[in-house]
Amino acid sequence: MDHEHAAPQALPQQAPDKAHGQQHPLGIYFAIWVLLFVLSTFSYLVDYFGFHGLLRWALILMLMWLKAGLIVAVFMHMKWERSPLMYAILVPPLLLAVLVTLMSIESNYTYWTRVIFFG
Amino acid sequence: MTDHATAEPGKELKGLESFVADWSSDQEAFKRVHWGKAMMWIFLLSDTFIFSCFLTSYMTVRSSTTIPWPNPSKVFDLTIAGHEVPLLLIAIMTFDLITSSGTMALAVNYGYRRDRTKTMLLMLATAALGAAFVSMQAFEWTKLILEGVRPWANPWGAPQFGSCFFMITGFHGFHVSVGVIYLTTMALKVKRGDFERRGNYEVVEIAGLYWHFVDLVWVFIFAFFYLW
Repeated sequence: MDHEHAAPQALPQQAPDKAHGQQHPLGIYFAIWVLLFVLSTFSYLVDYFGFHGLLRWALILMLMWLKAGLIVAVFMHMKWERSPLMYAILVPPLLLAVLVTLMSIESNYTYWTRVIFFG
Repeated sequence: MTDHATAEPGKELKGLESFVADWSSDQEAFKRVHWGKAMMWIFLLSDTFIFSCFLTSYMTVRSSTTIPWPNPSKVFDLTIAGHEVPLLLIAIMTFDLITSSGTMALAVNYGYRRDRTKTMLLMLATAALGAAFVSMQAFEWTKLILEGVRPWANPWGAPQFGSCFFMITGFHGFHVSVGVIYLTTMALKVKRGDFERRGNYEVVEIAGLYWHFVDLVWVFIFAFFYLW
């Protein structure tokens, strides 16, 4: 399916590179890079200092989502993509919340079954 | 693959032929998006679900076991000059992968600037950092296997720990290895001038998407498996 063979003068939808592409000043990549380093250091320190309980989980999740967001938005250029692509890619994973909820109910049930019947 | 009998009036296509004609007719869901980029994103979306299934099953077994879960902070520590530093290797691996994501982002940028040498070198640097990551992972696996971790047992607690560990990090490591091969191939194509002739460096960005995704997955593995 190489489009070189299909269309000698590349079709418009196959060659959006020409004028634009994803071209942004280098500074933004360096800024995100540094930010990712800092955030990773923080999440490492969460373990290093041995935070526990709710504080630990909140910090881990917050730092995780920040890093994931930066990678997707800037490094993967999602921030600059057209909204149909953005929605098509970012909305379906929300369904995973259903799976996670169901499985956490299920594992809770399994846990108590084990505690009650198998000591 | 050139001329479809798609919209020819009067001609009735049947069965598989009509299916192919419909799906290959000149329609675009994502306007002004390179088809390869759309396909890569859709692949990454499906990969998201695969990794999410692994992480969700890890959550399920970890929260349903009555035997205590091994403490990852202890399991993955390294002894440096008599001090036990928790998660040291994992931290180095994390920084290694972030650095590789940075070099990849720069490679994409230089590709669009038509700077072939810089693009190639940055892509090879990314691949080298990826190879370093896989090597560190091999070291980690060896260490744990020698300490007696198996998919069905380990010396510290819940036996599910081993199966989750090998499954999740193994699948991720496999992705990194594939990425190293992918990036090296693309770097050589950049060098050879393939994309110059085609007038299109989007291929570098598409390879970059895959690589950033591998880094993205690691963010979640790091948080849920190593830190939790």
